[in-house]
Amino acid sequence: MTATGKKPRRKPPLGIVTRPGSSLRNKTGPWGILRPAFDWEKCTGCNTCESICPEGCIRHLEKKQYEADYEYCKGCGMCAAACPFDAIAMKEERR
Amino acid sequence: MRKMIEGSRAVAEAVGLCRPGVISAYPITPQTHIVEELSQLVADGDIDAEYVLVESEHSAASVCLGAVAAGSRAYSATTSQGMMLMAEVLYNIAGMRMPMVITGVNRALSAPLSIWNDQQDTMAIRDSGWIQLYAEDNQEALDMHIQAYKISENDRVLLPVMVCMDGFVLTHTYETVDMPTQEQVDAFLPAYDPLYKLDPQDPYTLGAFAGPEMYQEMRYQLQQEALGAKEVVKEVARDFQAAFGRWYGDLLETYRCDDAETVFVAMGSVIGTLKDWADMRREQGDKIGVLKLRCFRPFPLDEIRTALAQARRVVVLEKAVSVGAYGILAAEIRAALYGQAKTPPVHCAVVGLGGRDITFETLDEVRQRADAGEADFFAGLRRELLEAM
Repeated sequence: MTATGKKPRRKPPLGIVTRPGSSLRNKTGPWGILRPAFDWEKCTGCNTCESICPEGCIRHLEKKQYEADYEYCKGCGMCAAACPFDAIAMKEERR
Repeated sequence: MRKMIEGSRAVAEAVGLCRPGVISAYPITPQTHIVEELSQLVADGDIDAEYVLVESEHSAASVCLGAVAAGSRAYSATTSQGMMLMAEVLYNIAGMRMPMVITGVNRALSAPLSIWNDQQDTMAIRDSGWIQLYAEDNQEALDMHIQAYKISENDRVLLPVMVCMDGFVLTHTYETVDMPTQEQVDAFLPAYDPLYKLDPQDPYTLGAFAGPEMYQEMRYQLQQEALGAKEVVKEVARDFQAAFGRWYGDLLETYRCDDAETVFVAMGSVIGTLKDWADMRREQGDKIGVLKLRCFRPFPLDEIRTALAQARRVVVLEKAVSVGAYGILAAEIRAALYGQAKTPPVHCAVVGLGGRDITFETLDEVRQRADAGEADFFAGLRRELLEAM
């Protein structure tokens, strides 16, 4: 019995009914075989990569410094394709 | 209160007594009278529900899924092609563990187009995770809806229930039924108290994606809890009997099976014909029994084994056919009896497709051909049409 005097009920069915935030818990990094590698000589800090990343996992650190969160990066290559300065190369990820 | 009404109206009134918050359906023969009546009851203010008009059965099922997700009790009804169009959503409703009730009015599938009765439509949905109950007559059909919500919303179940009733044979026939009062139904079926719903104050993600690392466990739980629902179907049948004084069997009902040599197995309205025919045959010394399957999903494996343990011959009447294989129910009954101490021959007779009447003559033919050892066959065929091909 709970404090309200009601019988406690079962847990919701596994996985299909969950608390919000499952996309944070679902780490999609292992999906990919490629990951972006930045060439800081070419990067101008234009923010195209940050704004186009479908997973929102590229973060602007300072003027010409970006960081990709490889825990969530699926290696889709949108950032590399969109970079106007050819500053991102998709490199094979070896685990 | 006892009254003489059409099967569809009886079901509509019973659904109303269950106090659904949302009703959404698309009209299709022979389900139409049920939803017409419900729409009238809502318009007249007799039921306090939202009746949502939609452009298709896919949408009707989607509206219901959303309504249950928002914490409401939902209802829909469909048949045949509408059932096929709903199929994608039906799998989702079960997989997302959304308790609700749909009347699956039984009708043939196209092509050829037929509005008449058989059970090919609901049988095609059998693997979806829905609980499927089959009604023998109109009183059982209306009572089954009240039972269905109680089963569906049980914390151990949380699965949708499809009440299957034969189109025209039940939906369009008039029978005297005992309609429960609102007080009786309210006492039996309390207001829906969802375990989870869409609520900004207490948010849940419903129907989340599952990767290979989790999907199989989720389906395993669905399977385990669907099997476990058998106990709840039994409990609710007993509770219903205590509250309303009516009993139809729980997962199944045996009729004159104790000393039966040949047991006929079937689902739905044909059971009435079968019982009368068995009575007649017994007067001639022919020991026939009838096994009525009320609950097809979850499949009452152990109960069927027990019920058929003494039978020397089993004949399954199928109002559906798995085209290219044969009878669906017969295949499952054969599988159930496989490896048992005694395994009687199980014959499969496909009958009554597309509204073909199942008469005593049909049953005599089935009996004769089963005795002659035919394993799988269509009975009641018009030979003159086939011979002219």
